Amino acid sequence: MYLDAGGRAPVHPAARAAYDAALDEGWADPRRLHAEGRRARLLLDTARQTFAEVLGCRTEEVHLSPGHTATLHAAVRAVAHGRRRAGATVVTSAVERAAILAAARHAAGDAALTVPVDRLGRVDLAAWSRAVAAPGVAVAALQHANGEVGTLQPVAEAHEAARAAGVPLLVDAGASVGHVEVPDTWDLLAADPADWGGPSGVAVLAVRARVRSTPVWPEDEDAWFPGGVSVPAAVGAAAALRAVLADRAQADTHRRTLVDRLRAALGEVPDVDVVGDPDARLPHVLTFSCLYVDGEALVTELDRRGFAVGSGSACTSSALEPSHVLAAMGALTHGNVRLALPREVTAEDVDRFATVLPDVVADVRRAAGVTGL
Amino acid sequence: MSGAVVDARGLRCPLPVIRLAAAAREAPAGSEVVVLWSDPAARHDIPAWARMRGHTVLGTEPAEGDGFATTVLLGEGAGAPSST
Repeated sequence: MYLDAGGRAPVHPAARAAYDAALDEGWADPRRLHAEGRRARLLLDTARQTFAEVLGCRTEEVHLSPGHTATLHAAVRAVAHGRRRAGATVVTSAVERAAILAAARHAAGDAALTVPVDRLGRVDLAAWSRAVAAPGVAVAALQHANGEVGTLQPVAEAHEAARAAGVPLLVDAGASVGHVEVPDTWDLLAADPADWGGPSGVAVLAVRARVRSTPVWPEDEDAWFPGGVSVPAAVGAAAALRAVLADRAQADTHRRTLVDRLRAALGEVPDVDVVGDPDARLPHVLTFSCLYVDGEALVTELDRRGFAVGSGSACTSSALEPSHVLAAMGALTHGNVRLALPREVTAEDVDRFATVLPDVVADVRRAAGVTGL
Repeated sequence: MSGAVVDARGLRCPLPVIRLAAAAREAPAGSEVVVLWSDPAARHDIPAWARMRGHTVLGTEPAEGDGFATTVLLGEGAGAPSST
C-alpha cells in the first residue's frame, strides 16, 4: 500500500495515454522547421497553454524545466543575479524545500536569510515582512504548502509585504498544484508534475513578464532551461493536470476526510505527536512523530507489513541531520512518519494502517528495550 | 541545585532522549537533569520531549571535552512512568 505519494505520485492513466500518443506525434525536435518539428512544437505549446491557464498567467510566461529541483535552483539564481544591484540577500522561510535553501546559500552565501516558523510550520509574517523590507533583498521565496507536514503558508500576505518592498516573490507550489486552489499572488511560481501524477522528467516555472532575471549559465534558445524538455513528458504532465483538476473537489473531500480520521486515531496512540496545521493544510498529507522510536526502524517495519511511508528522521540513515522542517517547527525529529495519500487510497487502507501502527510502534519500542518511559 | 547527569555522547537518536527519559523517571519533580549529547537530532528532540512531558529546558551549552550539555528542570511528570 503506497502512502508516500508526495513529490512522486503514481502516474495518472491520462498522463500515460497522452505520453504514449505524444511519442507518436511529438517525437521530433520542436526547434526544427519541418512538419514533424512543427507538430512537436504545437504539442509543447499546447501543454504550456494548459499550465498557463491553470496558474493564471500567459503562455509566454511558462517555462518548462527537466525537474522541480532544477526549476528552483534556476529561479533563485537567475533572479538573484538579475537583481544584484538591489542587493545580495535571498529571503526564505526556514521550512522551504532543501533545493531552495541550497540555491539561496549558493546565490547569497552569508546573505541568505531564513525566517522562522511557528509550531504548526507557518511562517512568522511579522518577521517575514521585516526581512523583505530590509535594504538589499534581491529575491524572496515562500512555499505555498509544505510537502513534509502539509501546512499552507500565508502566501497572499507574504506577497503583499514583498510587493510593497519591490522584492519579487518565488512561490514553490510543488506540493500544492493539483491538490488545492493555487493563489495568483506570486512573481515566479514553480510546479511539479511528478507530484500530481504526471511523468517525471519535466517541471514548470512561471515567471511574470515584469520580473527581472539574468541567466547565470550559457545562452540558449530555451533561455531558462537550455536544451528544452521531453515533449511527451510535457504533454503527459498537462494531461494529468487537466485530469486531476476535473475531480479535484472529490479527491480533496475524500482524502481530507481520511486524513482527519487518521489524525483522530493517532491522537489515541500514546506518545505520538501529530505535526502540522490541522486545518489550513494540504488535503492528503499527514505527519507524526513517535517518541523513543527510530524513524527508519518504523519505515522498515511498516514496509515489511506492506505500507510504504516516508520519514524525516535521520537516526540510522547516511543523513546526519534530521528534517530541517521538523527542527524549525520544534517537533520531535526522531520516530517520524510522513504520509501522502494517493488519490486511489481507500477508507479500508487507512483503517488498516491505523490498526497496524500502534502494534508496529510498540514492537519497535520493545525491540529497542524501551518500556515504561 | 545539583541533579543527575546522563552522558549520551556518541549515541544516535533516539537513544539520548531514551536515556534522559530513564533518568527523569528516577528523579523527583523539581530536580534538574543534565544530559550530554553529540547527535545533531538531540538539539531538537530534547526540547520536543520536554514539551511533550511537561518539563522545561533551562539551557544548552558546550560540554567539557566534546558535545553539548542540556539542563532540564523536571515537571510534575517526573518520577512516574507514563500510563503506557
